Amino acid sequence: MPDAFGAALLIARKDLAIEFRTRTAFFSAVVFALLAIVIFFFAWDPTAVAASDLAPGVLWVIFTFSGLLGLHRSFGVELADRALDGLLGAPVPRHAIYLGKAMANLVFVLAIEVIAVPAVALFYDMPLGGARGVAALAALLILAAIGLVAVGTLFAAMSVNTRLGELLLPMLSLPFFVPIVIPAAQTTARLLAGRPVAESIGWIKILLAFDLVFVAACTMAFPYTIED
Amino acid sequence: MSTPIASHAGRPAARATFDWLFVVAALLVVATFIRAIYFTPVEALQGPAQKIYYVHPPSAWVAFLAFGIVAVASIGYLWMKDLRLDRLAESSAEVGVVFTTITLMTGSLWGKPIWGTWWTWDARLTSTLFLWFIYVGYLILRGAIEEPGMRARYSAVLGILGSLLIPFIHLSVYLFRTLHPMPIIGKPSKPSLPNDMLETFLMAFFSFTVLYAALLRARYRLATDQAALEAEEGR
Repeated sequence: MPDAFGAALLIARKDLAIEFRTRTAFFSAVVFALLAIVIFFFAWDPTAVAASDLAPGVLWVIFTFSGLLGLHRSFGVELADRALDGLLGAPVPRHAIYLGKAMANLVFVLAIEVIAVPAVALFYDMPLGGARGVAALAALLILAAIGLVAVGTLFAAMSVNTRLGELLLPMLSLPFFVPIVIPAAQTTARLLAGRPVAESIGWIKILLAFDLVFVAACTMAFPYTIED
Repeated sequence: MSTPIASHAGRPAARATFDWLFVVAALLVVATFIRAIYFTPVEALQGPAQKIYYVHPPSAWVAFLAFGIVAVASIGYLWMKDLRLDRLAESSAEVGVVFTTITLMTGSLWGKPIWGTWWTWDARLTSTLFLWFIYVGYLILRGAIEEPGMRARYSAVLGILGSLLIPFIHLSVYLFRTLHPMPIIGKPSKPSLPNDMLETFLMAFFSFTVLYAALLRARYRLATDQAALEAEEGR
């Protein structure tokens, strides 16, 4: 097990190094997130709905869509020069490839959030509720990101090999993000309204269960998507 | 039931064109509708609108049955790598999408007179809509891959994950809110439906299930013929 985990870390480091040196996907995902945050504001009548009421919904819709941008890239980069074949030929278990890709994607998605959340707070006048509020929101973001990345990494591996390519990824993934976005948005709204965490415990349990089930299921399913 | 023609690389034209199972299913469904319309009492509160009860829940049942079979066939495929199981999953998914569409449409028709709206974000409506999206996505995924082995593996993975997703979607939209009546037949005490209505209802379940079997068989034969033709072209 330490061997597979070590290999996964190496793969994650490789992906993050590529991303850090080119920064193309990251910047476009961040600019996309900022643009979407701004455009969403004009979709509602500001005299009827307070901006701070919109904030949780906007935050989670943007979280999902900007996450998808990064997920597609994670297997897209392996297409050039048939790099994936090299990865598959390496003496590492298939699960390690999946876990490595997923870890790199997790860092990618969370890095976007580090910029997107303060932007939503700024543009939508979202009260973060001090250090405790920020900590609770951060924990929620990590829980949601784990589920999103678990499913998204698997579907990204599948969709790069199809005729539809990146078009297929959102179509397959979005239904799977429903049990992430609903609990996350509901919990965020309650947290921002200053309600105790205990009130959202049911939602948090759904998120936890989703993470457990889909991390396990997708790790088991991944080897079937790259067989030759 | 099984024709010997299908096994030796297919001569589709040689198969008998008379689909007896489909004829039986169609007759059963027609008989159910005649009984539901003419020989089952009109419900006191809802009036004739309640007749859609003999279409809506049976369609939903068939949709669930169909997607359950997709999941089982998908697990079977990843285990045994038998392309016949993949074709079974494909056929069942397609029939299931048809019945999910019927469920959504009849539900909408029923909702208008009784709830006063074509659509509401009730838990079961929302779950059914997402069910529809998952398996439409499944069919689109199949259409986007040429190579049969890869198509079978990818769709099996999605077929299994989709069935794992359904309880999560249901739970999260249920906590969001619900309008649907609580179950009135499958409850622990006696079913609170008059006997003649219950009999028509059960007859509808039966005839829809036979219809599902007939459509599944017809679609499976088509898939077998397609695979045989593809194999011939590839040669």
